[in-house]
Amino acid sequence: MTDLADLTLSEATSGLQGGEMTAVELLEAVHRRATMTEAQLHAYLNIDRPGAARAAVAADSALGKGAAVSKLTGIPVALKDNLVTRGLETTCSSKILAGYLPPYDATVVGRLREAGSVIVGKTNLDEFAMGSSTENSAYGTSRNPWNPERVPGGSSGGSAAAVAVGSALAALGSDTGGSIRQPASLCGIVGMKPTYGLVSRYGLIAFASSLDQIGPLTRTVTDSVTVLEALAGYDPADSTSHPGAVPDFRAGLERGVAGLRIGVVSELSGEGIDPQVQAAVARMVTSLEGEGAKVTEVSLPSFEYALSAYYLIAPAECSANLARFDGVRYGLRRDGDTVEEMMANTRAEGFGPEVTRRILLGTYALSAGYYDAFYGQAQRVRTLILNDFDSAYGQVDVLVSPTSPTTAFEVGARATDPLAMYMSDVCTIPSNLSGHPGISVPVGLDDAGLPIGFQVMAPALGEEVLFQVAAEVERIAGFSERPALANSRADI
Amino acid sequence: MPIDIDIAKVARLARLALSDEELDLYRAQCEVVLEHAALVQALPTEGVEPTSHPLRRTNAFREDVVTECLDTEEVLAQAPDRDGNYFRVPPILEEP
Amino acid sequence: MKFEPVIGIETHVELTTASKMFCGCPVEFGAPPNTNVCPVCLGLPGALPVVNHTAVEYAMKIGLGLQCEIAPHSVFSRKNYFYPDMPKNYQISQYDLPLCIDGYIDIETDEGSARVGITRVHMEEDTGKSTHLGAGGRIGAGSQTLLDFNRAGVPLMEIVSEPDLRSAVQARAYAEEVRGVVKRLGVSDVKLEEGSMRFDANISLRPEGASTFGTKVEVKNMNSLRSVQRALEYEIKRQAAVLEAGEEVVQETRHWNEEDGTTAAMRSKEEAFDYRYFPEPDLVPIAVDEAWRSEVASGLPELPAQARERYRAQGLEPTTAGLLSREVDLGRVFEDAVGAGADARTVANWLTGEVTAWLRKESLLLPDSHLDGAALAELEAMVGAGDLSATAAKDVLGGVLSGEGRPAEVAESRDLIQVSDSASLEPAVDAVLAANSDAFEKLKSGDHKVMGFLIGQVMRSTGGKADPAAVTRIINERAG
Ligand SMILES: [Zn+2]
Repeated sequence: MTDLADLTLSEATSGLQGGEMTAVELLEAVHRRATMTEAQLHAYLNIDRPGAARAAVAADSALGKGAAVSKLTGIPVALKDNLVTRGLETTCSSKILAGYLPPYDATVVGRLREAGSVIVGKTNLDEFAMGSSTENSAYGTSRNPWNPERVPGGSSGGSAAAVAVGSALAALGSDTGGSIRQPASLCGIVGMKPTYGLVSRYGLIAFASSLDQIGPLTRTVTDSVTVLEALAGYDPADSTSHPGAVPDFRAGLERGVAGLRIGVVSELSGEGIDPQVQAAVARMVTSLEGEGAKVTEVSLPSFEYALSAYYLIAPAECSANLARFDGVRYGLRRDGDTVEEMMANTRAEGFGPEVTRRILLGTYALSAGYYDAFYGQAQRVRTLILNDFDSAYGQVDVLVSPTSPTTAFEVGARATDPLAMYMSDVCTIPSNLSGHPGISVPVGLDDAGLPIGFQVMAPALGEEVLFQVAAEVERIAGFSERPALANSRADI
Repeated sequence: MPIDIDIAKVARLARLALSDEELDLYRAQCEVVLEHAALVQALPTEGVEPTSHPLRRTNAFREDVVTECLDTEEVLAQAPDRDGNYFRVPPILEEP
Repeated sequence: MKFEPVIGIETHVELTTASKMFCGCPVEFGAPPNTNVCPVCLGLPGALPVVNHTAVEYAMKIGLGLQCEIAPHSVFSRKNYFYPDMPKNYQISQYDLPLCIDGYIDIETDEGSARVGITRVHMEEDTGKSTHLGAGGRIGAGSQTLLDFNRAGVPLMEIVSEPDLRSAVQARAYAEEVRGVVKRLGVSDVKLEEGSMRFDANISLRPEGASTFGTKVEVKNMNSLRSVQRALEYEIKRQAAVLEAGEEVVQETRHWNEEDGTTAAMRSKEEAFDYRYFPEPDLVPIAVDEAWRSEVASGLPELPAQARERYRAQGLEPTTAGLLSREVDLGRVFEDAVGAGADARTVANWLTGEVTAWLRKESLLLPDSHLDGAALAELEAMVGAGDLSATAAKDVLGGVLSGEGRPAEVAESRDLIQVSDSASLEPAVDAVLAANSDAFEKLKSGDHKVMGFLIGQVMRSTGGKADPAAVTRIINERAG
């Protein structure tokens, strides 16, 4: 008998709606999986057993009545701990928010609750989503379910690990420079960053407001669509939310890629990309061509500058976004004789090294005399990147690349070299700067048995074609391997 | 481009009480990152408008309607220090 | 050496929208602490601002009222500095692309008329309120500070003038005029004492005839129109003394102290001028097209300058016309009274004299009193008909203001109706003439100086109710 924790979301949906199992049983399976794996993985900061149990009972009641239910009714979902949850501790993996109980729910949390999903708990992340390995958590490093010596990626590493191992059927993450796609790639699951503005950011604790976007981490492309359908749509509480129609995410899933024009980004292949990753991506491109896609190589020269622009824009925005953590209204306070000292002591004590470094970087980049050379120039480079994307999408329907230049690296390997760590996001950052959607789909394992992710990028609101290609990639890859940790059976 | 950061001033601006050793470490790290980031300056951008929003939306407004406020007790329950219905902090030395 | 002051004024105006600038919390003065707060205005993690549409229209009205251009494209920026009553430790404000630019107002003083440029009008959010415990509530001396965030996020407009003002009197006139414009627009209650309108000044001195500027000082905490003038008069003298002593004026911010009538340097923070502005990524730009602009413009009420013109044309003195044009409540009652047939100058003088004095004494606003235009017109008609003396009319006015009734009722109940018919007055006149035969004889021999004395005697004997004109006529008849 299949352990329910190994079901995909859509399998679980049909099981629940077909009466083959209950939401309570599904939740119990997920809890058992968490119990078995958390000691090694540390995917969660906080598992809300009572809250989830109540939601599962409510879901069963709705399912039992034959009332109108959604595909997410009764589905256990994990939340990255930078999404605020009313009355449920939300820390952003930072000491500065230890014990913080938000008085409201993020819009996406509300939408998941309305859809009847069961919120399992809050997952670990790099403090304030700043990092690519989940090592920058004040509450301990998360591990990769494929090999606990390796990082799960980040910053949504806890969410990726939980979905990969089955301690949630889906999870939400946030993606500022690749923080959904990169950990999905490293954990062998599907991670998707929607078009900026498609999903409300209200209640997402901001890292870099103009880059942040919430998205799903799931086992399959179809599951990604299902979760995104629940999340997407205009929210009047977010001024940057897209007020127009939401794309039809599902329409292209069965369509294949015949006749589609696929561009391979020259700047994201070759140098700096691990040969095995490069080879896997090339094989997939060849297969797509075999399915009738027209493949061309496309050059986007401004991509060379994307990482630099990102490391000016993101710290600058974060330096202002994180100014509110000052020991006055919530969170940590460290005493001082004056309010100025209290604030400075609190912040020095409450923020970890990576966050401190980025606040300093951003403060400097914005300070008098440097704004135009740094932040202003970075925003102009952003325009050039958008222009490059626009002209590329004049020739092709989607762009493809590796998601991450390498597979999961060892815990500690890049911890002391910020620049090396920042390179982890070189393939994903351009889509954040442009606000375009991107998705990572697992296409195989390297020699070390670690997953390789394939990235598909599409123009703004191009989710339909994005999922169309992603679904075909998934079908071709036929990736069905499961991490070793997921196979530690509950019934042993 | 060599970068020379007055890190103590930046830390004061950012309200971070850091030790001299910490300041030295952060200055070195920030300078390395900024030297890399300063590559953006090599790109000619004359006449290029900056993008601060990937979606070029304008006029996102709300109507002037009063909505429900938070429960004062729930808000103040999170306060590190309070005095009745006020948040309490050490004395302020500077004018805004 | 003679010095010329160069003054520019920054005016902050809280708008009377129903809800705050970026959230739905009510804009309300005097609510219990921390009750009008939500995730947005408390700066809770994850909360996002959304611009209040009405606040933008109010800001446009202020801009149009000050003859500004409305920028077709404007943006919000973050102004970064740490302060405990500012929840996000940045203020959402406008920086390089404000909503309104390049306006002016005309002011008139005893020194003549002048046009004062308006550099910009921009939108921002107010801060919360700090209460400093101990040491007389002053900053830097207390033991602890209490914070109330009810005011945090209230829509705040900043109106920046050009450095076009050349005296403290002009500065006050400018402040009065701006207040009058905003009040007429009905977008703020402009209460200086409650802080819903606040003035800061930048002032420098330069040798008369010079074209460069001296070192400027910012003066804050001027809580009334009078203190704007007093503070700047003080500051002009202070700076002149510094310069005459051959010293240099220090660029700093100074606090006006109302009690001792001086300014004192404030402790200012080192990073005060490094606000690290950048475009607010949580908000999108505001685009005002011509249709929107003209829709708002067409809804503008008459401005003080236009009202002043009309009042002058009705024969009012410049100061009276100015006051009625700025104090829109007075102006409205004035117009109602004149519309009901009253004499413009009489009514205007009552309004700017007795009525204003009474309101000040009672700490009330005109709408809180029982006076309206019809009552004023009725009162004025009674004086015109000789039923009330000018003195009695002022008495009646007080009764009407405090709600004793219509003018006729008040005059009746206070027994102030003037007697002017000869039949009623003749016995009283004859009695006075008989009792003062010496004076009457002098009058008859052509000594008209005694007339006033005789009239006064009649007024006294009638308890002030006799119509002096009728009394004069009867005495003249008797004198032959
Ligand atoms: Zn609010």
